[in-house]
Parts: sequence; structure tokens; C-alpha cells
Amino acid sequence: MIDIAVGTEDFDAAMLLAELEGLGGGAVASFTGIVRGGDGLLSMRLDHYPAMTQARVHEIVEEANRRWPLLGVVVRHRVGELTPGSRIVFVGTASAHRAAALEACAFLIDWLKTSAPFWKKESFADGRQNWVEARAEDDAAKERWG
Amino acid sequence: MERLEILYFAWVREAIGQDGETIDHPGAEMRVIDLIEQLKARGGGYAQAFADPQRLRAALDQAFVPLTATVGHARELALFPPVTGG
Repeated sequence: MIDIAVGTEDFDAAMLLAELEGLGGGAVASFTGIVRGGDGLLSMRLDHYPAMTQARVHEIVEEANRRWPLLGVVVRHRVGELTPGSRIVFVGTASAHRAAALEACAFLIDWLKTSAPFWKKESFADGRQNWVEARAEDDAAKERWG
Repeated sequence: MERLEILYFAWVREAIGQDGETIDHPGAEMRVIDLIEQLKARGGGYAQAFADPQRLRAALDQAFVPLTATVGHARELALFPPVTGG
């Protein structure tokens, strides 16, 4: 089961987890990314490359499916204007056993951060705006999967 | 004459001041990096956006490619900064 959605709408993580729990496996793992507040951050805007995003996320999920025996994968990625505390991204995996579910979940978020066409722009209370720079740690996190 | 649609994202789009444009296809042998240099030579926002090609990434027909790739028969080229999703 593969369920991917990219859009402005919020998502209900409990509902997505229930979807994965119903697949008959013994393990469900998930990651939810939240807009981090602080430093006077007012909002974060996520842009993406609409014609490419869905297909690229699908490729990443297919790669996870090749590497681990998964029963299901759910990905939600929001775009548009988001305020601190808002959910940005959800990755959920279901498998027979925990190792595959946990590892595939970590793999998916590492790859989503570094190889899907999304860009973040931050707006601060003092009027500053800046595009978030790609981080070497994120690239390293992706590289560890080979 | 074949055409090539170019799309810009994030600060590349902001510097250039538009989402994209359509140009005469530069030919299959043209490398992305050389096309970027041509665009940069237009000056203004282009010079700013493409000042440091090391900060740029590209996709041809919605697939990531290195800047040294040739355009081939692609219909769509996207130019953007390294991605920051998740």
C-alpha cells in the first residue's frame, strides 16, 4: 500500500497511523515534522515543483520498498504558508517487524529532505526573510543509506 | 523550431523575477552549465541568480541531473537551489 499526498491541507496523523495499523503487520513506525519556532520566526513558506514532486516522492517510496519488506507507506508533505507548531511532513511505515518499519521510516525522511523538490523560506518578526540553506548534516544523513 | 521551457524556483525565481520562460531549444549537445552561463550573461537578476553555479541544481523533464548533463531532447529544464524539504 502506497499513499502519498502533497498539498496545502493539514493531516491527521492518528488517522494515517490507523490506516497503517490495519495492514496486518506487527510494526508501524512514523515521523512527523513540525515547524520549529524561536528566533522570532513568524512563518515558513514551502514551495515545490508541482510537476515533479509527486513522482519524485513516489520514486523515493519505491526505493524504500526495494530495500525493506514493507506492507505500507504513507507520506504527507505540506506546501504553502505554515506557522510555528504546524505539521509539515508525515512519514509512516508498516512492516511485519520493527526493524524494517523503523529503518525505512528514517530512510524516507532523510531522502525526502535531500532529494525531493521542496524549498523553505522563513519570515521573521523583524522583517527578515530568508531561504533555508541545505545542510551538510542532512546530506550526510542521506549518504549513510548508501 | 523546438522550444525549451525553463522553470525557476526559490531564490532563483525571485532574483530573475519570473517563474519561467520559453526559449528556442539550444540543441541536444548543449550542457546545462553552458546554458546557465548564457543566461547569466543577460545580466541583472540573471547575473545575480547564476553568479555561483555551485549553488545551483537542475532537473530535465522532471528528473534531477548534474549541471554537466546535456539538454538532449528535453522539453523542460528547471533551475533551483539545493532542496530543503521535510
